Order: sequence, then structure tokens, then C-alpha cells
Amino acid sequence: MSQFLQVLLSGLATGSIYALAAIGFALVWQAAQTVNFAQGEFVMVPAFFVLIGMGFFGMPFWLALAFGLALSMLVLGYAFKKLIVEPILPHGGITLIIATMALAILLKETVKESYSAEAQPFPALFSNAPMNFFGAAVSIQDILNLIVSLSIVVVLTLFLNRTRTGRSMQAAAQNPAVAEILGVNVKRMVLYTFLINAALASLAAFLITPVYLAKFSNGETIGLIAFIAAIVGGFNQIRGALVGGLLIGVLDNLTATYVTAQYRAALPLVLLIMIILVRPQGIMGTSEGRSV
Amino acid sequence: MTAPVLSVRNIEKRFGGIRAVRGVSFDVHKGEILGLIGPNGSGKSTLFNCILGQLVPNAGEVAVSGRDVSGMRPSDLNKLGVGRTFQQLSVFPRMSVFDNIILAGQEHRGTMSSRLFGAPDAGLTQDAERMIAFFRLTHLRDELAGSLSYGQQKLVDAAMAFMAGPSIVLLDEPAGGVNLTMLAHLKDRLVTYNAEHGTTFVVIEHNMEFVMSLCTRIIVLAEGAVIAEGTPDEIRSNQTVIDAYLGG
Amino acid sequence: MMAGKWRWLLVALLLAAAVAAPLGQKSYIVYVLTSWLVFAIAAMGLNLTLGYAGQISLAQASFMAIGAYVTALLTLAGWHWLIATPLALLACFVVGLLLGYPALRVKGHFLAFVTLAFNTLVFLVLRNEEWLTGGSYGLSGMPRPDLGLFTTMRPLPFYYFTLAVTVIAALAMWGIVRSPWGRAFRALRENPIRAESLGLDTRRITLLAFAIGSAYGGLAGALVTSLVQFIEPASFGVGHSLRILLMVVVGGAGSFFGPFLGSGVVILLPEVLRFTEGYYLIIYAVLVIVMLIYAPEGLIGIGARLKMKFFSRSQVRADMSQGASLK
Repeated sequence: MSQFLQVLLSGLATGSIYALAAIGFALVWQAAQTVNFAQGEFVMVPAFFVLIGMGFFGMPFWLALAFGLALSMLVLGYAFKKLIVEPILPHGGITLIIATMALAILLKETVKESYSAEAQPFPALFSNAPMNFFGAAVSIQDILNLIVSLSIVVVLTLFLNRTRTGRSMQAAAQNPAVAEILGVNVKRMVLYTFLINAALASLAAFLITPVYLAKFSNGETIGLIAFIAAIVGGFNQIRGALVGGLLIGVLDNLTATYVTAQYRAALPLVLLIMIILVRPQGIMGTSEGRSV
Repeated sequence: MTAPVLSVRNIEKRFGGIRAVRGVSFDVHKGEILGLIGPNGSGKSTLFNCILGQLVPNAGEVAVSGRDVSGMRPSDLNKLGVGRTFQQLSVFPRMSVFDNIILAGQEHRGTMSSRLFGAPDAGLTQDAERMIAFFRLTHLRDELAGSLSYGQQKLVDAAMAFMAGPSIVLLDEPAGGVNLTMLAHLKDRLVTYNAEHGTTFVVIEHNMEFVMSLCTRIIVLAEGAVIAEGTPDEIRSNQTVIDAYLGG
Repeated sequence: MMAGKWRWLLVALLLAAAVAAPLGQKSYIVYVLTSWLVFAIAAMGLNLTLGYAGQISLAQASFMAIGAYVTALLTLAGWHWLIATPLALLACFVVGLLLGYPALRVKGHFLAFVTLAFNTLVFLVLRNEEWLTGGSYGLSGMPRPDLGLFTTMRPLPFYYFTLAVTVIAALAMWGIVRSPWGRAFRALRENPIRAESLGLDTRRITLLAFAIGSAYGGLAGALVTSLVQFIEPASFGVGHSLRILLMVVVGGAGSFFGPFLGSGVVILLPEVLRFTEGYYLIIYAVLVIVMLIYAPEGLIGIGARLKMKFFSRSQVRADMSQGASLK
């Protein structure tokens, strides 16, 4: 039982970090019909921004984090939208998907060639010391990761539902034509969405990199899991992406511990295929507003 | 008397709590041009989609030449001789006009294997050229359908609906967005085709003038039910119809 | 309309070039040219699924894997390549048909994810089921086809053998795309609802688009088995599916000769960019993005555009000039 609790909690902790990436992914999809196949790399790159901040500019860790966040929003948010999404989106969704795949290669290879091909240690935000939790030895890091990422989701939800800007963003995503008539600056709202996505990806990076170390190839797994979480949970809702992320984190840990480590990677994929075939709107999704 | 070409019985379609179509019934006989009119939201398009297998009605039957076709896939329905056009432009934009027209006939010729191993045109070149000429599109034969003007695309759409020699064609707002010259041409072609081949038409249309001058009989829908039926002259002077339109 | 005569002359010239290209070259160059042909076949198949029929698939490498492993296991068991390969194609056709079923329910990016997941699943099975596939170590020592008088053990004869297979595959594809089936595939891409209303069974044609495209992937896999004589799961990962997808897009999706051009560029570019060492993938990714921005219809599309500009009197066939940019 205590092992189960341990596996469950650490699954929830990783899952909540996946959820951050998944939520960003879903937001960008809603606002700009952009399926970002480079989302995993968007979680990989900010860690290197931080390392550059510390190693190259000699910043203290906290400043380097801020630097990484800002640079990510600039490069992975603003530049991504202006240089890639805007010119390619008119050519069609599939063309854009291919472009983001090329972008994934570009980011991965650039990090590999210009920084390092080896895994780099990344300072932890929280202590990794174990702590007794109802008889289970749980790391403080897991608990704090879970708390921090859930808080981020709560803040984001409050922002989107309670503030004027947030509501305008939702309106722009749901019905750009009507939003425009109502005086919403749709273009700016879409840009905000890209910035938020970059910020979410950076925060996910800061939480997950201490666990996995910083490596150019980290994005491959994270990206795939973020898509799967978004789809499994329901593409058009934050709630859905959150549930999807947590579910996959937990299932992944449970399978690895109790069923098969060899086919651990297969489980989310099978889940994905089943969900798409049986309930394409996702577990939490509603069928409206999603045209396939 | 032979069975009606199209027979619609008690079609009912609900979306959630809304009854979009409330038990509509009517028959269409060979050679008729039936107009289906009604204010916005009167259920015309829903009814059309139920007849054509795009939507599954909650109740009711549809029969083509006496044969029950309820729940049939659109492709099978088309093979039974039911052609249609769409409200929105519905050509294959990056295929030539010629290929658009051939496609509209090829699935009615031969078998799956003859369509792979047989002639590339499925033996339809002459028929297709005749159809293209009938709609006066010969000079555009090799152009991409998507590069044509709106009205020309509407003509291609209609030509496709006729290509397989259907017994009945359902036209969904053929006049929408078409300029006056093109509209006269379209109407002339429809009337001529009807006279030459005896093909039955059902037309949904907002353009009253177009419907009144084209159709031999008109059915008026309001709030999902038939409120009037008759010749264009009878409909024009029907008080219920006037009220329905003015009342919203 | 481009005169048919000139087009055939051009094809004949290209074919002559393909025959002459490896003569007197080092065996490495012959190897590169052979893999060009092999990937052109895989790309041709994906071009049918994606370019003509408009169904995205990120699983073409997994069909190469199925083709390669089936051929490898059978030839290692002593079967002749010419008997093993049709069985491999059949296996791919059937599995492709199954993979087509999700496409009946979902389109676009959802389909991309399903096929991507499928590719990863195939990879995991190949890696984990060691008793059959040799796991991460893969399979090796597969014989090359022996055609009696003509043995393909040396690189040059194997190149010509591959060329012959490629020509046959291309002719078959040419037959498919100009037949009513080809028209039906394009109609499915352009407007499935309209196509259905004109009597086209869109479900059947969608499944066929996947099955035939997959069988071409399987043929490429069968050739890889003999070309490399060593196969491992890592050669058929999602990254390779992406590479084949890029071949189709770079060449020009939905154009007949696009895959040959695209696979040539994707295979040869690394060789050309060799001097940049590790940076070639970076340059390559940037080139792809730039191309998608300025010429989403691919290199064939650029060619047709230039031709329109310089020979505007001889009008290019309409559907060629536009290429078929992806939806």
C-alpha cells in the first residue's frame, strides 16, 4: 500500500508537469489552430536558456530562471508566432504541422551542436529529500512540484475566467469574428496565447529538468506525452489537459511498476488510439467546437 | 399510377429539445419541378439533409421510386438515381472541370476492378463533353474548377449532379450568390434539362422570383411543418404564407 | 498542356541518367543512389496516401519496417526474395487497411497522432519481441536476391535490380493515379462530402489509399533488407517517417514526380552538406521551414511556376502548375 501511494504521488507529480505543457499546447491549438509538434522542444529549450544565463552571464539561479522565462517567451512565443505560424498557417494545417516538426529538429540540433550533446545537471528548485507521507516515502520535490504546477493551473484558470484580458482571449479563441466585432483585439489575444504557452512550457521545464537532467533529446518524450494528455483529456479545455496529464503520469508509473517496464511507452499510445477512436472529444471534452 | 419518384413520410428531426422538422410528408412525381420554400430556420435544409442521408431523422421514411431508402449512405442513394447540389460551392477545386464531371459519372460505370484496370476516363469522355457543352463550359474544360468564377462553379456543380443520369435532383439554393445573367442561364439550363430528360427536381431557394418562375409546384415550410402547398400563383396569394414570411 | 511527347522524352532522359549515374562510381556512391531509389518508392506510396488522397500518415517508416522484417525473416528461412516480397507487400496492405480505419473517424492532426502512435508501437514491438525480431540487435545476414543469370550480390547489379523494381513500381503508380481510382483519391482530398454524394464510397477509397500507400512502404522495406543486409528497429522510428513525409512535401505532394525529386533532395542534401559536419540537420530544418513559407507546394511547384513565367505561351497543365499544396 505504501508503495502504491508512493507510485501514485510521484505519478501525479510528473503528470502535473506534463499537464502544463499539455495546457499550453491546447491553448495554442484553440487560439490559432496550431498543432505544435515542437511542444516537447519548447519544454527542453528553456532549461538551456537558464544554463546559459548561469554559465555564460554568471547570473544567480533565480535571475537565470527569470532570464530563461523571458527569453523563452520572446523566442518560443513571439518569434515562433511571427516567423513560423503567421506565414505558414494560410497554407493549411498540415503544412504547419510539418513546419513545427522541422522546428523541433532545428531546436534539438541547435542545442546539441551549440551547447552539448551530453546531459547537463540542472539545479533543483526543491530538495529531493524523502519525507514520510502516511507511511509512504515521498520526495519533497514531488510534493512541491505537484503543488506548484497545480497552483499555476489555478492561477491561469482564474486569469482566463476572471480578468477582462482572459475573457477576451477566450472569446478570440472561440469565435474570432464575433470577438472582433465586440472590439476585442483578436491578433493581440492570439499573441498572448503564444506567450502564455511559452511561459507554461518554461515553467514545466524548470520543474521537470532537475529530474531528467537537461538534454537536447528530452523533448521527444515530453512532447508526445503532452499531445496525448491534451487529446486524452479533451483538446478544448484546460480541465481536460490537466486530467489527461495527471492520468498519463499516474498510469505510466503504475504500468512501469506493476505491469511491464518494456511496454511502458506503449501505454499512453494505446490510450491515445482508443480515446481517438471511441471518444475523439476526449474524456472531459464536449463534442461542440471541435471539427475533425 | 406508378410510384412517386420521391416519397417523404412523416420526417421528424430533433436537435436536443428543438424539433427542427415536425412530421413532414410529401410526394414528388416524375418530371415535376418542386420548390421548397420557407423563412430562415423553417427546417428546409434539415429536411433536405434527412432525405439525402447526411442526417439521420428521428422518425419517418423516405422512398425513391417506391423503394425505402431510409438510413442509406449518400453514395448508395446516389447510385439509386438521386443527384444533388450543395448550398456552398461544392466542386473539386484542384481538379480540372473535365475531371470534376468525369468523377461524377465514373462510380456508376463498371466495377471496382474495371475502374482500376480499365480506361482512365471510364468511357465517359463523350458524355462528359456533351454535359460540359450543355452548360456552355467547353472553353473552361481544362481549367481548375477552383479558378472559375462563383457562377461558373455553380454550373459545374449542377453538371456534376446530372452526369450520372439521375431520376431526381435536389438543388440546395442554386441561385444563392449568382449574378442575374448567370441566373438566367442556370434557370434556362435547368428547364431545358427537365424538358429533354424528364428529370425531376426539388429546389430549395430563397430567391422568390427564381422559384416562382422555375417551379411547377411549391411547398411552404414554417417552423418545421408544411403550411401550404400549390402552384406558384396559389402560393403567391396564400394569406398563411404571407403571414409566415412577414411574421418572421 | 505539356505535350505528352516531351514529357516522355524527359522521362526517357532521366531514366538514361539513372542507368548511367553509378557507372565508374565508388561503391559508397552506388549505395547512396540505391537508397535514393528505395526511399523514392516509400515516398511514392506516402504521396498516394497524403498527396493524392489527402490523408496524413506519420507511419510510413513502420510499413518499411513490416516489409523489411517480413522479407528478412522469410529470406533467412530460405525463401527466395521474389516470393518473400509479395508476402511482405500483402502484410503491409492488410495492416495499412487496418490503419485506415481511424481515418474514417478522424482527420488532420488527430490522424497524424494516431499514425504517429502506431509507428511508435511498431517500433516497441520490434525492439521488445526479441524471439522474433532480434530486439535492439536486429537481424542480419539476409541474402540478396539471386536471379539465376543475374546475381545482385555486388553493389552495381543490386542498383540495377532496384532501378528495375522502381520503374515497375512507378509504372504501377502511374496506372493507379490516372485511373478512375486516382481521380477518386483526389476527390477524397478535395471534397469528401461532395464525392460521397456523387456515388463514391469514400470509406472504401480512404482505406485503399492507406493500404496501397503502405504496400509501397513495404516494398521499400523489402529492398532495404537486401540493400543493407542488416535491419534494426532504430532504422524505422518516427523520425524516419518524418523524413519520408518531408520527401513528399519537399518534392511536391500530389505530383507524380515529386517523390523522386524530394527523396533525392532529402537523401543527397546530407551528402552535399557533409562539410558542415554536425550542422547539416540545422541547415536542413531551416531550408524546410523557408520552403514551407515561400513555396508550400514543393519543388515541383517552383519548377512549374518558373516554367509559367518563362514559357507562358505553352500553358502547363492546370493541376500540375498549382501542384497540390496541402490542405
